[in-house]
Amino acid sequence: MDDTVAAPLRLCVHRSAERESPRTVSVVIDVPADVRFVEDAIELMARHCFSGGEPCKRTSFRLRVVLAEALTNSILFGAGGNPSRSVRVEAELAEETIRLQVTDDGPGFNPREVPDPTAPGALGRPIGRGLFLIRNLADRVEFNEQGNSIWMTLPRS
Amino acid sequence: MGFSKRTNAAGVAILEIDGQLIVGNRQELKTLVQDGLDRGERKFLIDCSRTGYIDSSGLGALVTLSKKVREANGDLRIAGLNEDLRALFELTKLDTLFHITPSAEEALAGF
Repeated sequence: MDDTVAAPLRLCVHRSAERESPRTVSVVIDVPADVRFVEDAIELMARHCFSGGEPCKRTSFRLRVVLAEALTNSILFGAGGNPSRSVRVEAELAEETIRLQVTDDGPGFNPREVPDPTAPGALGRPIGRGLFLIRNLADRVEFNEQGNSIWMTLPRS
Repeated sequence: MGFSKRTNAAGVAILEIDGQLIVGNRQELKTLVQDGLDRGERKFLIDCSRTGYIDSSGLGALVTLSKKVREANGDLRIAGLNEDLRALFELTKLDTLFHITPSAEEALAGF
């Protein structure tokens, strides 16, 4: 990293009180809109999501890939790759699921307009596979109406 | 973590991805292969046996490199994909675009 990057990752963790049932943990990371932070943000989030013990390899793999895709899309297309802006990654950890949310301050996009990268003629294109991977690796994918916030649900084990 | 490159006696450039191939480091791999092409290398093996995960930017970089090597009448192969990585290539149908072998040894034997 160099000093042209405005801010480091900012982390906030909130654990529900012991008397609350079910108990949940929420993790928030603010990431400067610079793709050089993607890997560090993923590893920081993975460490908190799996703090109770490493999950199966497949879950660990899925979490890292869907986070990489959502974060990269938000950084490059939502926040324009401008490191003075930031992208927020949130996770709600329940007993059996992880619900990840990635939000940027951009205008959003229409996820229904993203073409299928496996369609004939599209295979040789170097871009356009991110949302496809998210949809295939997460158990559930949702967007807000504006299209600048995505929720991805994964198992926790 | 990162990329390492060596060339074997048969002139195959072997590039090992140790860790991730993602948006933040894909350019480094592209530069390594391009530098090899510029020096006249034409056979490349991408060894993923120590690779954790690849995102769509990493897949895109491999697509671009494969095309460049092919256009230079070269051959780029991929080996050592674990079960999750293999599934990623199958999901995106990129397994139809690349020459993929289970191990680096098998890939090298076939060059």
